[in-house]
This record gives sequence, C-alpha cells and structure tokens, in this order.
Amino acid sequence: MQFFFEVLIGGLLSGVMYSFIALGFVLIYKASGVFNFAQGAMVFFAALTFVGIMEMGVPFWLALILAFGAMVLLGIATEKIVLRPLVNQPPIALFMATIGLTFFVEGLAQAMWGASVRGLDLGIQDEPIGWILEATDIGVSKFDLFAAGVAAVLVTALALFFQYTRVGRALRAVADDHQAALSIGIPLQNIWRIVWAVAGFVALVAGLLWGARNGVQFALVFTALKALPVLILGGFTSVPGAIVGGLIIGSSEKLAEVYLGSYVGGGIDSWFPYVLALAFLLVRPEGLFGEKHIDRV
Amino acid sequence: MLYREAGQFKASYAADQQIFPIRQDRVGVLLLLAVAFVVVPMFASEYWLKGILIQFLVFSLAALGLNILTGYAGQLSLGSAAFMAVGAFASYNFMLRIDGMPLLLAFALGGLMAALVGIAFGLPSLRIKGFYLAVATLAAQFFIVWILTKVSWFSNDSSSGVITAQDMVIFGYKFASPQAKYLLVLAIVAIMALMAKNMARSSVGRAWMAVRDMDVAAEVIGIRIMYSKLLAFAVSSFYCGVAGALYAYAYLGTVEPEGFNLDLSFKILFMIIIGGVGSIMGSFLGAAFIVLLPIFLDVLVQDVFTGMLPPSIASNLQLMVFGGLIIFFLIVEPHGLARLWQIAKEKLRLWPFPH
Repeated sequence: MQFFFEVLIGGLLSGVMYSFIALGFVLIYKASGVFNFAQGAMVFFAALTFVGIMEMGVPFWLALILAFGAMVLLGIATEKIVLRPLVNQPPIALFMATIGLTFFVEGLAQAMWGASVRGLDLGIQDEPIGWILEATDIGVSKFDLFAAGVAAVLVTALALFFQYTRVGRALRAVADDHQAALSIGIPLQNIWRIVWAVAGFVALVAGLLWGARNGVQFALVFTALKALPVLILGGFTSVPGAIVGGLIIGSSEKLAEVYLGSYVGGGIDSWFPYVLALAFLLVRPEGLFGEKHIDRV
Repeated sequence: MLYREAGQFKASYAADQQIFPIRQDRVGVLLLLAVAFVVVPMFASEYWLKGILIQFLVFSLAALGLNILTGYAGQLSLGSAAFMAVGAFASYNFMLRIDGMPLLLAFALGGLMAALVGIAFGLPSLRIKGFYLAVATLAAQFFIVWILTKVSWFSNDSSSGVITAQDMVIFGYKFASPQAKYLLVLAIVAIMALMAKNMARSSVGRAWMAVRDMDVAAEVIGIRIMYSKLLAFAVSSFYCGVAGALYAYAYLGTVEPEGFNLDLSFKILFMIIIGGVGSIMGSFLGAAFIVLLPIFLDVLVQDVFTGMLPPSIASNLQLMVFGGLIIFFLIVEPHGLARLWQIAKEKLRLWPFPH
C-alpha cells in the first residue's frame, strides 16, 4: 500500500508538470481558437534561452526577465507573421501553421544556443522530504512539491487575472465571440499579443521546472506532446481541466507503468496517456470540463 | 494556343466522363509515363534511382494515402508513419512465415493489415473530429511503434526490432538492380494513383468530400457517415501500408520500428500541405518538394556556403527553413503547389491572347 501511495504521489506531481504545458495550450485556445501545437517548442525555446543567458554570467533574476522578454517577442512576432495573415482560414490551417512554427522554433532555439544538453539548477534539491518520510515512509520529492506550489500560485494568479482585471475581462469576451468582442471595441490584435505573451510566460515556467528536473534538452519537445492527452481529458477550454487532466494523466501513467508495465515488457508510458485519452473520448467527446459542442447545419 | 479544349466535342457519355477530358492532358500524361518508364531508367544514374526517385515514389504513395484521409475526407491524421510500419512489418511476416508467398500478394496483404488497423484507430472519428481526432491518431502512432518494438515475434526475434527485407522475386525474376526496383515501384505507384484518381471522382470520393465540407449536412442528404469515414481510414491506411512495404523492400532494405516515428508522419503531412490538400497531383508535387529540399539545402550549404556555416547550425537551419516554408505556403497558397499548376493551366488556355 505504501508503495502504491508513493507511486501515486510521484505520478500526481509529475502530472503537475504536464499541466504546466497544457495550461499554455488552453490559454491560447481560449482566447484565439488556435490549437497551438508549438507550445512544446516554446517551452524548449524558453528553457534554452534562459540557460543560454545564464551561461553568459547574467544573474538569475535578470536572466528570467530577459528570457521572458524573448518569449514576449516571440509571441508578438508569431501574432504578426503567422496568425494575422491567416485570419478567417479554417482552424485546421492554423493548426498546421503552428506545426510549421514548431519546427521553426526548435531550429531557432538550437541554432541560437547549440544543441547540447544543459543542466539547470534552481537551487532546490530533488530529494525526499525528511519528516514526511519519517512519519509515513512515503518519499515525496522536495522539488516536485515546489513545482506543485508554483502551479498552485500560477493558476490562482491566472484565475484572478481572468476574473478581475480589465484585460482579463476582454480576454474572456474574445474567447466567447471574436466578432462580438470586436464590435464593442476590444482590440483583438492586442489581446492576442497579450495571450501569446502570457502563454510564453507559462512556457518559461514550465521550461525551467522541466529543465531543472531532466536537463534542458531536445527531448523536452516530446515530453510536451504528453500535454495533448491532458488537454483531451480536461477539455480544450478549461484551465481547471488542464490541471485535473494533468494529475489524472500523470498518476495513471505511473501506476500503469508500475503495475501493468511489468506484464507487457515496460515502456508503456509512451502510449498509455494517448490510449487513455482515446478511450475517454469515446465516452465524453468534449472532455471533463470542456464546453459541449453543438453541430448546426 | 497549344493547350485548349476548343474543337474537342464530347459525343458520348464515356467521352464526357473520361479521366482526362482534354486531349493535351491525355497526351501529356502518356508522355510523362513514357518518360518515367523508359527514358528515366535508361539515363538516370544509380544514385538518382536509388537515393531520390524510389524515395520520391514511395513518399508520393504515402502522401496519396494521407491525402485521401485528410484532403478528401477531412480527417486530420498524425499517424501515417505508423500505418506504413504496419504495412512493412506485415508484408515481412507474410513473406517470412508462408512458403511461396508471392511478393505482390504480400504487399497487398500488408496493405490490408494496415487497413484493418486503420479502421480500428479510425473508430473514434465517428464521435470526435478536428484536433481531438488529430490527438487520437497520435495514440496509433505511439502504440504501434511500441508494440512492434516490444513484441519480438513481429521482427522474427531480431534485436531491437530490426527487420531485413527479403529479396524481391516475382515469377523467378529477382528485382535487385536499382532500375528493376525503380520500375516495380513506379508500376505499383502508377496503378494505385490511377485508382485513387478514380475513387476521388466517383461516388465514394464525392461522399468523402461532402463529409469533409460538413458532416452533419452530408448525413442529412443521405450519406452514410460511418461507412464513409471508416472507408476513408481503410483506404488511406492501405495506401500507407503498401507505401511502408515498398519503403522497407525497395528503398531501405532494413528498417526498424523507430524509423517510422512521429517525424516521418509530420513529413508526410507537410508533403500534402505543400503539395495541395485534396489533390492527387499535389501528393506527387509535395513529395518531390520535401524529398528534394533537404538535398538542395545540403548542396547549398556544402558548395555555396562552404565552411561559412558550422554543421550544427546548418541542420538547424534546415528545420527553420522547413517550418518557415510550411507557414509561407499556408499563408500564400493554402491549396499548395497543385493550385499553382492549375493557375498555370488556366493561363495556358488563354496564352498568348490576353482574353
């Protein structure tokens, strides 16, 4: 039983990491209806930029601000160069454009900072917390707990931002109906820029946490793909959905690997989340918290 | 002046419904086939045949398969490489385990196995669409590659799932030289392209297009959605499966499941975006473009910018050019190279007169 809980908690905490990436997807999808496949590449880009700047001897906080600045620039450039010319195209075309963007950003990141694997130290040890270990015999990593804390803060901040600020209200209006929002004078382009900047910030946070855990390397892009089943589970338009979906995917993936994986030779966590999401879709096509879609002729 | 249909009267239904209604098109296609079948194998060097032309034809076939599913039936798929893998491994096992299995039958059976797998992974498309479906096809991509790696039976217990394709023998003739391989692939691709063209303009293809444009409306006018969608998955996977078998047998010779990864799926998706979504011709143009572009970039970097760029930057530059081109094409010409060809034809009909 102890082992079960240890696996479960480890899974839940690694699910938090998936949630971070899924959060970026949800933000952009909510505000602009674009399914941003490039979010994973943005995470990679953000982490690599941060590490690259750090290596030049820049202090931590300044590097953080500079990397955030780079993400804002990337977001604005994306809005200007990719999204604006594609307004009124079918969503599938926009989706494929973001696949193109993925390749571009991956190439750009590695061309700028090199392709070698970098370590990233945030100063938090990835070791079990002593008193929990003594009390219950369950190892809970300090680092994972820190990541969960960051996630909680980030989600609260985003929720407050969406709910109580002027920009947040405008964002929600745009998410509801582009044209209606335009007609009451909300500047759509500005809103999109803000959303991409916020998504860039979320990508930066995700990149730092992932990077500190597994090293900043190209494999981050593949990890980011795991955010897709998270989205399916949680629904494309729901911030809480991204969090809950991430937790479900993270924990079930680890449990499946430990308890089922041994029967079939292991490595099933490469596909298990997708199949789980697929099975889930058959029951509830709009996800846990997604809006029900009604087809009209 | 040369390219116009003036004076070509259609006096029978057969003439009205033929595949290329304009005589110049018919002549053009026949010429193209003649060049491909006779002139190319006579003059092309071994490198061109082995490295470029066979690869181009195989990818054309895979792109054709994806185009049927995504371009005609409107179901976005990110798992085409997995269906290629099914075709390759199934053909290998049919050849291996059944004595005297004819090669072409093994290819066809490989394609059929891929079609069955395609139907299984196409089932969710009955309830979900768009991005959700795209993610669902990722399940196929990862699951199939995993199972081919893990279950060693598929690769006849070789290490890490590598298979080496058997010799290609048809009626005692061994297809070993690049010319022979090229001709075999060309024949298969030509026949399957013709079949695809005919499917696209028959009731099946029209049903697909109706489903693509709006599936609820298609259902209202009496198209069986389930049948159409699953048929699209089956046919598409069949094409991808045969392409996978040819990829293993005629192009590479030795393949492993990891070779059919997500990158290959994306590559095929890019082919149809650049070539033209919903166009038979576009599949070929897109495949040619994607196959030739890296070679062109390599040559550019090696010969023109010799020593100016370190190799690591050059390979990343290639990624950037790829991504940039995708975006460029989607913005400038969402219908791809095939559309450019069509515009050229429209212009040709008037040329040299302005109206």
